[in-house]
Amino acid sequence: MVDDSRSELSTARLRLAAGRAALGRSLRPSLRGAERLGHLLRRPGLVLSLAILAFVFVAAAAPTLLTSYDPYLTVPADRLAPPGAEHWFGADEIGRDLFARIVHGSSLSVQASSIAVGIAFSAGLVLGVIAGFAGGWTDAAIMRFIDVLLALPSLLLSLAIITAIGFGTIPVAVAVGVGIMPGFARTTRSEVLRVKTLPYVEAARLGGASRARTLLRHILPNSCGPVIVLATLDFGVAIIAVAGLSFLGFGAAPPAAEWGTLIANGRNFLVTAPWLSLIPGLFVMAVVLAANHIARTLEDGRP
Amino acid sequence: MSIRPPLLSVRRLSIAYRAGGSLVAAVQNVELSIGRGETLAIVGESGSGKSTIALAILGLLPANARILAGDIQVDGGSSVSMADVETLGLRGRIVGFVPQDPMVGLNPTMRIGGQIGEAVTKASGLHGRRADAETIALLEQVGVDEPALRARQYPHQLSGGMRQRVLIAIALAGNPALIIADEPTSALDSTVQKSILDHLARLAGERGVALLVITHDLGLAADRADRVLVMKDGRIVEQGPPRAILTAPAEAYTRALIAAAPALDGKGLFGVRRASRPAGGELLRFEGVSKRFPSPMTGEPSRASTALDNVGFTVHAGRTLAVVGESGSGKTTICRIALGLEKPSDGRVLFENRDISGLSWPEFRPLRRRIQLVQQDPFASLDPRFTIAECVVEPLVSFGLEKGKGLQAAASRLIDLVQLPREAASRYPRELSGGQRQRVAIARALALKPELLFLDEPVSALDVLIQSQILALLDELQRALGVAYVLVSHDLSVVTSVADHVVVIRKGRIVEQGPVAEVFGDPAHPYTRELLEATPGRRSAALVAV
Repeated sequence: MVDDSRSELSTARLRLAAGRAALGRSLRPSLRGAERLGHLLRRPGLVLSLAILAFVFVAAAAPTLLTSYDPYLTVPADRLAPPGAEHWFGADEIGRDLFARIVHGSSLSVQASSIAVGIAFSAGLVLGVIAGFAGGWTDAAIMRFIDVLLALPSLLLSLAIITAIGFGTIPVAVAVGVGIMPGFARTTRSEVLRVKTLPYVEAARLGGASRARTLLRHILPNSCGPVIVLATLDFGVAIIAVAGLSFLGFGAAPPAAEWGTLIANGRNFLVTAPWLSLIPGLFVMAVVLAANHIARTLEDGRP
Repeated sequence: MSIRPPLLSVRRLSIAYRAGGSLVAAVQNVELSIGRGETLAIVGESGSGKSTIALAILGLLPANARILAGDIQVDGGSSVSMADVETLGLRGRIVGFVPQDPMVGLNPTMRIGGQIGEAVTKASGLHGRRADAETIALLEQVGVDEPALRARQYPHQLSGGMRQRVLIAIALAGNPALIIADEPTSALDSTVQKSILDHLARLAGERGVALLVITHDLGLAADRADRVLVMKDGRIVEQGPPRAILTAPAEAYTRALIAAAPALDGKGLFGVRRASRPAGGELLRFEGVSKRFPSPMTGEPSRASTALDNVGFTVHAGRTLAVVGESGSGKTTICRIALGLEKPSDGRVLFENRDISGLSWPEFRPLRRRIQLVQQDPFASLDPRFTIAECVVEPLVSFGLEKGKGLQAAASRLIDLVQLPREAASRYPRELSGGQRQRVAIARALALKPELLFLDEPVSALDVLIQSQILALLDELQRALGVAYVLVSHDLSVVTSVADHVVVIRKGRIVEQGPVAEVFGDPAHPYTRELLEATPGRRSAALVAV
């Protein structure tokens, strides 16, 4: 008797749990804030990554919140000062605070990377959608063009573009964007090819939907997911590429400092003041790892 | 009756799945036993926990499953923990497994012979020529023609039925005392299904192997099993010999299952389902329609790729025409041609005496308000990003027929029409069950008030009970709206419960057509007889009728 009622009770509890799980599933798109926070706290890597990116974006938007130093103020007395309480990341060869220069450099670097990813995303999306949706000769022509871009190493391609359109942050962004665009076009095209054969697209066509409506309301929203993940993943790639090009001296003109320029500046003092190159380098690495980690999380989270 | 202990007994087994931090019960307090040479069938709808039991016996439970209580005894021995299943080598030597889907059950990059040989070597330690000989012998036993040739082929070169036989051969390789078959034939045509099940039963009989068949089809279970066990929500609701279950079901759920199987409900397959109503005017006519697909090599339409050959039939307004055939018979091609998705190679398609076979897409568009389609798979036919309300009114938006308030009203009307709760309007397809989704797809197809609705296997992806609900809904809608149906199906029991006329098609040719009662009551063509014979539940229907 007792045993029975106990098993009834545990059954009821299980039912309740089942109901709760079902509720959780149905609420998934609008997961409640508290629950979402709970999920986050169980993943310290993700929290750290989000913190790093948050730091970078704050630095890009309002650098003065993070440092009171002027990145251009030269203090000869602090020349090549090692990292310490006064200068967290040390000071460079003419006494400028390295932390301040990294924080202020964020703006240019983030801008360049965002523009690059934006260009790659929009151009890739448009080309991929047209190729995938139209098919036939249009598809063949666009994809052969993409193949040509893919055949050239992206750094070489970027260098060629910069040489053609001139130096500076924006040209670097454009060059990097074109360099990583083929991946976006290919991903979009394959997604469009997949989605356009799905029954609901056929149902929409049979329901009288025009080609434009089918494309904009059904195919595009349902093929975007992987492309957005690629965008977050390529944000890290773009940061490295932008830093690489500014390291080579194609970026913003001095005294403005992108992260790549800072690394390049420190090269002459590698023996006497290794932190001048090392700290900006490690910083770029941390940002790229954080961006990649978040991209992977997004990728895993997709249904 | 026997003094020997049962081959396998499961006692007070409870299993739950961990999902999002909480436990969801899948199997609760299940007791079952199988004697040597006995055939036991577990019947239940999806989610009833029947496959979980099979996986537990096999020790193949997924990582998020927890066994809460209970134990499994093999051959009267002491209880076995799940970890032992692997270490003791129960799998293969004592328990063989035939998985559900023959399309994904075999390794596509390995030859058939190699895959069976692997199981042979594992089970009996034979190598080289002796293992090869054993492999060929197994293929022969499961009824594969030219076993020596098949052993050298790859899975993609075999038909679904052949692959299922190969999977059975693999299960037999260890000479097990028990074979567990999880929906062994639900992916196959009924005629193939029958021959496979016949074969499995004969093998079990010859070798004295016990069978545990897991199925959603009560008819199939009753035909094949010595004992039937009905499950619902992880619990056993009823068990006993098929005759007792069918003639004197104790539980309401079992009665509902029996009622949902047209072959079992006493009226049988041949009963005329309803008073015949006056035939409406002619709506759609196929005249000598043929379709040949160009061969991928030459681009020329070839004899071998003939999907339809001189097909002709007529659909009358407000009536239901069923097109019955196996997969590959050209049923779906008929749908696609009628909907203007394919052009016929020969012949004409007339809609109200107007030839529509040559129309371009824009020319066809006005006709879409009159001819609509309900697709096979309700899990793929709704855009996951649309709410239900958006889904059902989409055709109205596409044709610019309604806007704003009118659209909302139309959505509510359509949702009511297919008897879904109003709250469903703001839900997304993933929050709905298969049956509910199919209701949404039907509502969408009816949005434009068409006169002719094509139903492409509308219930084949659904559980038996849900099937009968959807068919009842379709019947009601036809009475209320006077819409004509063309119902494409491989399942005779579905056809007999809703169709007026039937067209039996085989390899692109019509072998027989006429009123349902005539064609199925007195089949003229041997193929029709074969199809009827193969319908699960036929044998048991006799039990119920008595």
